[in-house]
Amino acid sequence: MTNQKTAAESQTISTPSDATRSAGHNSLPSFDQETSVNESPLHGLWALTNRDLKKWYKAPLILLLTLIQPVIWLGLFGKAMNFGAIFTGSSFNIPGLNIPAQELNALAGQIMQNTFGTTDYFSFLAVGMLSFISLFMAMNSGSSVVWDRRLGFLNKELSTPLSRGAIPLGKVFASIVRGLSQAAIVLVIAILLGLSVSHLTVLGVLGTFSALFLMVMGFSSLFVMLAVRSSNQDTQLMIVNLLNLPLLFASNAMFPAKLMPGWLQPVVKVNPISYATDISRQLLLGSTGMASLQFDFLYLGSFALILTVLGMIVSWRFLSK
Amino acid sequence: MVESVVSQQSAPTQSGSALSRAPAAAPREEVLRIERLTKSFDGKTNAVDGVTFTVMQGEIFGFLGPNGAGKSTTINMLTTILRPTSGDAVVCGHDLTKEQNAVRRSIGVVPQESTADEDLTGIENVLLCADFYGIPRKVSKPRANELLELVELTKYAGNKVGTYSGGMKRRLELASGLINRPRLLFLDEPTLGLDVQTRAAVWDYIRMLKEGFHMTLFMTTHYLDEADNLCDRIALIDHGKILTVGSPRELKESIGGDIIEVQVQDRMADISPAIRGVANVVEVRRTDSDYRIKTLLGEETAPAVMEAFRLAGAKVTKISIAKPSLDQVYLEYTGRSIREEHADSSTQAPHRGMMGMRRGR
Repeated sequence: MTNQKTAAESQTISTPSDATRSAGHNSLPSFDQETSVNESPLHGLWALTNRDLKKWYKAPLILLLTLIQPVIWLGLFGKAMNFGAIFTGSSFNIPGLNIPAQELNALAGQIMQNTFGTTDYFSFLAVGMLSFISLFMAMNSGSSVVWDRRLGFLNKELSTPLSRGAIPLGKVFASIVRGLSQAAIVLVIAILLGLSVSHLTVLGVLGTFSALFLMVMGFSSLFVMLAVRSSNQDTQLMIVNLLNLPLLFASNAMFPAKLMPGWLQPVVKVNPISYATDISRQLLLGSTGMASLQFDFLYLGSFALILTVLGMIVSWRFLSK
Repeated sequence: MVESVVSQQSAPTQSGSALSRAPAAAPREEVLRIERLTKSFDGKTNAVDGVTFTVMQGEIFGFLGPNGAGKSTTINMLTTILRPTSGDAVVCGHDLTKEQNAVRRSIGVVPQESTADEDLTGIENVLLCADFYGIPRKVSKPRANELLELVELTKYAGNKVGTYSGGMKRRLELASGLINRPRLLFLDEPTLGLDVQTRAAVWDYIRMLKEGFHMTLFMTTHYLDEADNLCDRIALIDHGKILTVGSPRELKESIGGDIIEVQVQDRMADISPAIRGVANVVEVRRTDSDYRIKTLLGEETAPAVMEAFRLAGAKVTKISIAKPSLDQVYLEYTGRSIREEHADSSTQAPHRGMMGMRRGR
């Protein structure tokens, strides 16, 4: 009973609004009002982010699958599509011309260098794969919004003082963490599988991941925005399937833009994936890029900023309907 | 802290006096005041239509109505999930639309179905809710443990919610809804889909919250016995409009007498006028072969009514005398019985289909 008394006392001094209420007869010890809570607009953001991440790092099977997936991609695309082999001495035999294999190899090397900016396609593709994996992670953020709506979790969030902006932002940050972690795994595996490391620097890696950060942020905001009103995950899946491969192929991630047809080049030039990949190739492989690093970063940064702000506004509006 | 909770819980004898003590200590104040609250989703029809009522400190207020009557829409507006189209509401002293965050901090919500994240453990779910309110971990951790103990989930706190039974999930929702120590707790169909024992347990928790913690509870239900057993006052809602508000007793008395229900063989002419002539009969309503006769002294009037039917040449196939119950109140005001609602539920299914999906994982 002494407990009860102290609580009643503490309640009357806790907040001004309490004083205007009753004298405290209504609340027993454990049901007094909050004395110190975090009221910042971004409170709960980390909790939301971590909630989504827990579904990933606390589930061994999902974690294992996310590790295996990049290996398969790298193996199939990077190693199977062996463009370099097309030009090696043994695969060339033109009657009447007797070019020594050594020179043919040098020629092939030059062709590869000119086309892909590096002597082996594997390195070219492995770096593109970093963007690819990050993009896929970003696209999944939309369906997780739909799930939260269907399971009623979204309504629970909406009845609490969580900022309406923190809800989509939590999704965006969770997909950034997942996307970048998977990109890091891809990079390590690619190095083990023979990615050329002659240009690799710590600064280059950091720059690459900043670029991927911006790219995932922008795309994830976009897909959260598309999903925020939807309660049908099939629609969401259709949107993702409709956009993922075209977005990927209409970029320089798999194939150099300069060899693409003229009508496609403008699309590649506005596709943010191209810029993230361009930054990665310049920083990791030392290739000559599509544009300057500064421009690449400026473009990606604007993309991320505009879509994130837009995503926040749209979500805010639709979540407070 | 834990000790104090347990002592409150295990002292039901004290609770009765606590009930009456509360208003004596201070004038009962309004926790919720709603005026002409309206919600329209399409701009034409109103899902909730000019609802007005008041909930007082420390009472269990029941919101009773059939499926699709506007209960959930009202609760969603009062918990700031939906924005009202028009009307005013003051929740715990805060304006519903202008001071949303103050409202959110003072209320707790226990939703209709489990909204806990099934991939997380029980304790993780409760702590997550605490984070939504910005409650620091050093406060929320002991409090979450205390609440899990209150709902008897301590043993399963570390298990994933996906492994919980329906009743356990409901109790977890309750713990989550209490994490911010709300003054007013909203319970949306708290016992929907629960078995008899679990239902009784949930009722006990609800009574404990009221009697042990003097909490004000606002609950929706379409179970009449639940409303009758738990609620201090009930608002009857149908088609978005409040039909009546009052204590279960007031509502029963408002019917003004016993009800004699008579069923006659089909294809009979209307003999209501003849029945109206019987002494003590207040009102007669007929739907096809069913007569609903309101009377002052049921047992004494019934034979006279039977006689009247016989004289009119009607073959009575069924007769029953009902003391005023909430069932009768419901029938009186909505014009249909809640059993018909249940039979009708197949036509309601598309309406609830979206919600039903959540179990499909």
